[in-house]
Amino acid sequence: MSQKKVTLFQEFLKGIWKENPILVSLLGLCPTLAVTVSAENGLAMGLASTFVVISSSVFVSILRKIIPSQVRIASFIVIIATFVTIADRFLAAYYPEISSSLGPFIPLIIVNCMILGRQEAFASKNNIGRSFLDAFGVGIGFTVVLVLLGGVREILGSGTLFGVEVMWNSFHPWAVMILPPGAFLALGLIIGASNWLNELGEKK
Amino acid sequence: MNKSLKMILVLTIITIISGSILSYWDSFTKPIINEYKSNKLDKLILEILPEHNSIEELKLGEYNLYIGKLDEKIVGIAFKVEGSGYQDIISMIVGVTPDFSKITALKILSQKETPGLGTKIVEDPSNKNPSWFTEQFKDVKVEPEIIYVKNAKPSKDNEIQAITGATISSKSVVNILNTNIGKVKKMYNEK
Repeated sequence: MSQKKVTLFQEFLKGIWKENPILVSLLGLCPTLAVTVSAENGLAMGLASTFVVISSSVFVSILRKIIPSQVRIASFIVIIATFVTIADRFLAAYYPEISSSLGPFIPLIIVNCMILGRQEAFASKNNIGRSFLDAFGVGIGFTVVLVLLGGVREILGSGTLFGVEVMWNSFHPWAVMILPPGAFLALGLIIGASNWLNELGEKK
Repeated sequence: MNKSLKMILVLTIITIISGSILSYWDSFTKPIINEYKSNKLDKLILEILPEHNSIEELKLGEYNLYIGKLDEKIVGIAFKVEGSGYQDIISMIVGVTPDFSKITALKILSQKETPGLGTKIVEDPSNKNPSWFTEQFKDVKVEPEIIYVKNAKPSKDNEIQAITGATISSKSVVNILNTNIGKVKKMYNEK
């Protein structure tokens, strides 16, 4: 590679903050906005996506020299779909409550552009180790934002966090927070806050 | 190797491997999923029927009736009813008295209502009693029909209170009960 050397650790870290899939690339917003009505949903969605992005990245990286470039997208989708189905059936069998509350959004991970994006932009051009670290970082970054967003919406919208009452008794939940507008509001503010933090960091 | 041939070959092999892995995984998870589903139904029926020591199953048209008996005397009847909710089918188990005049219990089996609003028909985390919505159906009179009231405590014995912000979901539950209980009653009495 002609670019300057990126250490393995940086490969992992960049997905969490500098190239966070949601905060910076704004990828995978459909599940982000739709399922984050509670922190628990956000966590389940984040972990399922992390599992899928890591496994797909590793396999795409292994097969990167065999797959002809004309059919690469189709191959990526098949590989991703395989892992998504595995995750979906696993949740349905062992965590049926979570599975029913996430509904169709688990199968929809297949078309999450955050995951396809990693295959196209990274795993298909890098070795297995780097692809694994890259996917791991991106997955963690995705999960953290989902839990944060789910947590904010759950606290304001239902007065609970992970199902536990956290607000004072007379607090009236803001129903708007668990509806679609609340998702846009909360996500916008979180992205704004992360940009502000970045600017602060640059000024120093 | 010919380029198109390679494309076909690679994609075919990937899909075959993917298919085999998934069919193996499905054979492994399917029994667990099915067991959970039938357990859930069995458990709900046990909870819904009043104290009984035997259950008789009876097929009436599209309905499966579970008749709870205590020493040969019918104490209650439970069956599954379905209908459209706000976005998708709401499916629930309802228990009625042997003469179909009153509801004894109601449990939601599956629904895909708006998270946080319509889902309050199952669980309302903002209330001290999260399952207040279904519990209020206990002892509600079915005839002439169940009626929902908004923002007020029910005053008559055939009234229930709708969920604020989820009137359509509340209304759907009431409508499904009104249409189906009458139908089952008619079939049961003609039998």
